[in-house]
Amino acid sequence: MFGYYLDLALRSLKRNKVLTTLMVLALALGIGATITTLAVLRLLSGDPIPQKSAQLFYPQLDPYPANQPFSRSGKRVPYLMSYIDAMNLIHARKAERQAAMAMSQVKLTPPSGVGKPFYAQGVLTTTDFFPMFDAPFQYGSGWTAADDEGRAQVAVIAGSLNDKLFGGANSVGRMIRIEDHDFRIIGVLRTWAPQPRFYAVHLGGHSYGEGDAVFVPLQGARADDLMPSTMMGYGKSIDVEHLETAPAIWLGLWVQLPNAADVAAYKMFLGNYAKEQVALGRYQRTDTALSGLMEWMRSEHVVPDDVRLQAGLAFGFLLICVVNTVGLLLAKCLRRSREIGVRRALGASRGAIFTQFMVEAAIVGVAGGVLGLVFAELGLWGIRHQPAQYASLAHLDLSMFLFTFVVALLASLVAGLLPAWRACVVAPAPQLKAV
Amino acid sequence: MEIRPILASLRRHRIPAALIVLEIALACAVLCNAVFMIGQRMADIHWPNAIDEQGISVITVNGTDPALAASDIPRNLAALRGIAGVTAAAAATSMPLDQNPALTGFTTTPDGKTTVNTSVYFLGSGGEQALGLHLLQGRFFNADEYADSGLKNFQSTSHVLLVTQSDAQRLWPGQGALGKTLYANGESWTVVGVVGDVLAQDPKFSGPGGRYSSVFYPSHPDEMMGDYVLRNAPQDRDRVVREAVQALGRLEPGAVVEGKTYAQMRTDYFADTSSMVWMLVLVCVVMLAVTAFGIVGLTSFWVGQRRRQIGVRRAVGATRGHILQYFQTENFLLSSMGVAVGMVLAFGINLYLMSHYATSRMPWYYLPCGAIALWLIGQLAVLGPALRAAAVPPVVATRSV
Repeated sequence: MFGYYLDLALRSLKRNKVLTTLMVLALALGIGATITTLAVLRLLSGDPIPQKSAQLFYPQLDPYPANQPFSRSGKRVPYLMSYIDAMNLIHARKAERQAAMAMSQVKLTPPSGVGKPFYAQGVLTTTDFFPMFDAPFQYGSGWTAADDEGRAQVAVIAGSLNDKLFGGANSVGRMIRIEDHDFRIIGVLRTWAPQPRFYAVHLGGHSYGEGDAVFVPLQGARADDLMPSTMMGYGKSIDVEHLETAPAIWLGLWVQLPNAADVAAYKMFLGNYAKEQVALGRYQRTDTALSGLMEWMRSEHVVPDDVRLQAGLAFGFLLICVVNTVGLLLAKCLRRSREIGVRRALGASRGAIFTQFMVEAAIVGVAGGVLGLVFAELGLWGIRHQPAQYASLAHLDLSMFLFTFVVALLASLVAGLLPAWRACVVAPAPQLKAV
Repeated sequence: MEIRPILASLRRHRIPAALIVLEIALACAVLCNAVFMIGQRMADIHWPNAIDEQGISVITVNGTDPALAASDIPRNLAALRGIAGVTAAAAATSMPLDQNPALTGFTTTPDGKTTVNTSVYFLGSGGEQALGLHLLQGRFFNADEYADSGLKNFQSTSHVLLVTQSDAQRLWPGQGALGKTLYANGESWTVVGVVGDVLAQDPKFSGPGGRYSSVFYPSHPDEMMGDYVLRNAPQDRDRVVREAVQALGRLEPGAVVEGKTYAQMRTDYFADTSSMVWMLVLVCVVMLAVTAFGIVGLTSFWVGQRRRQIGVRRAVGATRGHILQYFQTENFLLSSMGVAVGMVLAFGINLYLMSHYATSRMPWYYLPCGAIALWLIGQLAVLGPALRAAAVPPVVATRSV
């Protein structure tokens, strides 16, 4: 029976080539636009570290003076941390793992005068960074807590930088010149670029795109005067010579808390710490916050508003395309009242007529899906050539590929419901009389 | 034109008529909001900036030896001034739109409060001329002020500064700004001049309040000055950038030297915005095309369905003009209903966007403009099918009855 409906539908679609083309094209444009924007949105709002994100938390403290709140409303807790507080929390070791970090644009000088110096994104951080974020090592390993305290001049570099400077060879033990200081390479990472770069929110640099190039111990790098990209002062002025003791926030702190009990305990610990600081006279407020990774990404609007607006717009467009398809399918089916009358008179049930028209709608949907996929690829190609930092990531993966057909079929079946219903309630007698 | 028969006929085709109304309503709602967003973003891209944008090139030098700044910067400037076509050159810490904000909150009293982020610029000698600042009141810096000033911990050691016109009006409304004192972080400076509005280093980050909030300090050569601003005739700028990058590359072999025209800097800053504008324009055009083709398709079917009816009307005396008018009026009625619903919907979407995104209220005139656009598109779309209807000969009435 299905084969017969298919045959009928194809015949009907062939009879009105212009109209069929119009329907398929409109549906395909709507689907193309929707899939393009959804693919980008999904990519940007995805989980940067799915195996770990549930365990990663971002604590916040408020060292700002009473007469100078961090935010206008006075309700936001500062999103960065002072060096003293970050070190206190790290040394307290109340979480399974904890690491402080700052971003820095650093000048790298290639060895022995090969090539010109260039700038790359550097991360100043502490020992737990690599195991906590599951950063994969190709050669060597990270540094130890003793290296942190000993201000060791060591570095972990990204695989891409290793390819560029050392031709991909094992460079552990060799030296790299960062900001005119020599650091010994102790580890080389495999390709590692979480999207979004969750750990760098508010620390400077881009949220999407390539990963960072070099990682150096925070204290060791600061001994060489490497400067963080973002600093916010809450005192008279930021004494850049003594950033560690200055009234300034410039570090992000991440902690790993494996279960709910740990989270509750850490919240308690943060609250007590803030109260202690108030008692010591260092703080004026006891506000603290502890956000999970995905919650933090949402509250800090890491996904650009424009991307969300585009997705909304594309959905509006798809809706218009579906209404358009409903109209055209309906017009077609109303013109075929006589054919329906004859089929009904010859014994076809309402269900059969309904199915026949839904099959016709589904064919339009599948065709629209295939063409829509072409449009989506075209749209993503266009986005890859845009200057946006996430441009190079815009690709269609298998699940989005399948999703396209689901959307297309769903859209066309919804569009086909009304015409198919109108078709199956056609009364056969008046139609036959007119013949 | 008699409307009643049209209404009677529409009542008999309620569902297709409702679909056209719905499609036009959705198109109108999306169109109004998309055009409004395009307008807002175009306004952003064209934010005025009171410097000589067309005649400026900026060479950025990073990673120099800080200890040599005092001697190297004058040497580099001398080399840059030697390039043919360069009329002025100066060093500076940052440039408007360079996305590298150095922000401070200034107040008019020692212990005041502010929520405005002011962009701070330090200019080397001749910086006003190199940037092409527009002096509105007071004076620029003199040689002594340049020689005696520097910066420590991002804070000026000078006693004077220039403010923008917007800041002068914001900070001292109804009074002259000249001679007034500005305070920040326990230090104070005297306003010696007011210049035309210069954009912030990152106006999107600074927000509407900080967009034109900028101050300029004088400074002797300092390690923080990584930008060399060159002024030249607009037609020379590409060559000047090329030669300047080569010259500084030779003088500073250990540094990273990059050159750009200021026009390029502006384009780069607004690259995201302009790609959003293009995307919105594309969606609007395609959406209107889909709507128009939808109307063409539905009306064509209507015409086909009513061939006999049209033939009868023609046979009993209706002219071609009457038939044409009939379909045009019908479309006008449907469009009007669609547009009425669409305007309400557009307003609703705008309210939603205002509460969820940084969108402002849509001015009322976008609604009638969207309505007119959809009326026009409706009329254009219906013209083809209506002409075909008008061409139906009266003999059709006699033929198949």
